Amino acid sequence: MIGVISYLAFFGTVAAILAIAVLGLNLQWGNTGLFNGGVAAFFGAGAYGAMMLGGPADPQQLGGFALPYPIAFAGGIGLAALVAWAVGLLTLRLRHDYLAIATFGVAVALEAVARNAEWLTGGAKGMRGFPRPFEGLFADQFTYNLAFLGFVVIILIAVYAGLERLVRSPYGRVLRAIREDEVAARALGKNATRLRLEAFVLGSAIIGVAGVLYVSFYAFISPQDMAPILTFQIWAMLIVGGAGNNRGAVLGAFLIWGAWTSSGFLLSKFAPTAVQIYTGPIQYIMIGSVIVGMLLWRPQGLLPERIERTKTGNEAPGENASQG
Amino acid sequence: MSDNQPMLSTSNLTCAFGVLRAVDGVSLDIRPGTMTGLIGPNGAGKTTFFNLLAGALKPTEGRVHFNGVDVTGMSPDRLFHLGLARTFQIPRPFRRLSVLENLLLAPPKQSGETLTGAIFQRGRMAREERALRDKAMGILDFMTLADLADQPAGKISGGQTKLLELARALMGEPSLILLDEPAAGVNPSLTNVLIDRIKELNRQGMTFFIIEHDMDFVMRHCAPIIALAEGRVVFEGTAQDAQADAGLLDAYLGTGVA
Repeated sequence: MIGVISYLAFFGTVAAILAIAVLGLNLQWGNTGLFNGGVAAFFGAGAYGAMMLGGPADPQQLGGFALPYPIAFAGGIGLAALVAWAVGLLTLRLRHDYLAIATFGVAVALEAVARNAEWLTGGAKGMRGFPRPFEGLFADQFTYNLAFLGFVVIILIAVYAGLERLVRSPYGRVLRAIREDEVAARALGKNATRLRLEAFVLGSAIIGVAGVLYVSFYAFISPQDMAPILTFQIWAMLIVGGAGNNRGAVLGAFLIWGAWTSSGFLLSKFAPTAVQIYTGPIQYIMIGSVIVGMLLWRPQGLLPERIERTKTGNEAPGENASQG
Repeated sequence: MSDNQPMLSTSNLTCAFGVLRAVDGVSLDIRPGTMTGLIGPNGAGKTTFFNLLAGALKPTEGRVHFNGVDVTGMSPDRLFHLGLARTFQIPRPFRRLSVLENLLLAPPKQSGETLTGAIFQRGRMAREERALRDKAMGILDFMTLADLADQPAGKISGGQTKLLELARALMGEPSLILLDEPAAGVNPSLTNVLIDRIKELNRQGMTFFIIEHDMDFVMRHCAPIIALAEGRVVFEGTAQDAQADAGLLDAYLGTGVA
């Protein structure tokens, strides 16, 4: 029984961390129409930022500085936001697929930096030994893991509530207007350039929060953790859940992460050995198929975006049109 | 401002794409309170000229003054803040926003439109939203769109979309509205509503500058009338002048004027 609870806590923690990243992407794509193809870069920036600031000193590297957890936490978010700001200034003039290609390229480049700049990131072996927050307060690992799940869920709820507040406000309305028609938004007095950059930086900072929590949980980060597959996983979660709907984003995260872990488990348990060695590639194919299938047959996702019915206070289902 | 002062004036306004001078040294004035019509054959440079006025294109040469301010090359969002609004030849509604949201969006300087305002100034934001909603419903009522307030803007008809664009522009309390072919592609009964609303707004003092292919519309409702051909002004005057000059207009427009 404890084994099951323990596993569910582990699953829930990782799924909730990924859900935060999906919410960040939803602000960018679902609300503002910004095609961020480099989710993994901002996730990695958050994780590495926190590790460098809060991790133990290593004579072979510049960091870590073993700073207190709140500083490491804020620093990780700050690094993700800073990277997003720089990338945004360079690429936000680009639209749709061009923005996707540019941000994807940035993510691959930053992964290469993480893999090779050993003096800074520890290179391919990564960095380990991040002091897990509040660990001393708990008697055993099992209780600690439950408490950490609670910590992550509280942050997930806070991010969700904050974003809901934002997207239901005139601010969210302007972001959606830019997503629908930037030329018209400009003609109505909206500074689309500034708003796009804000949404990109804020969404990336939220993805950075997920990165910080990830390194807090595993106490370890390596270039493997910011590989392109992460970007595709996060995208699959948003597309399946429903772009433009924050509840959909969270639902998609739990569903896709459940499908991902259970497919890995089933393949390793029941597939013949000859197939087992291809577990990774098979999962990659599955993620790709889920994205394509969803876009073909239900582009609005499981929980579609809702159009505000401001007069009555109720909401109507959104138009069943795909974005992009 | 006195009536003799133009609301908007251009001097030698030129926009060249390579060797093509789409707008070629246009100097004209829009006087306050008028419904000035802009006519001309396809490719005459009418929409390009509008795009220069509205900031969507930057001129190669020449100046634009709006209410006495040099606004040459100013961005569309800043021009809107100064009171210059426009509609589009092919309407650009925000399709997955409701009709009402399309209007609520337009007013400038909303406190809930900034990150900090949306999160921390909730009371002020809610008060502003209530006031904007009343104003928007009033305008929707005036434009005969009130029943569609909760519909996604992508689901209403083409003609209703034209009404929506005008309604959206009104929310910004502009002093001049550029209308690019308001009657094109609209069924006759909605066209009548649209013309009626434009004339009523004009009676209340709103200045319009209108591109329109429908000569009947222009002759009946617009004064003065300006004709462009090959990027240049070829005629400026009243409908009577235009009819007296039918030979000239006919040559440029290829349409029967009388």
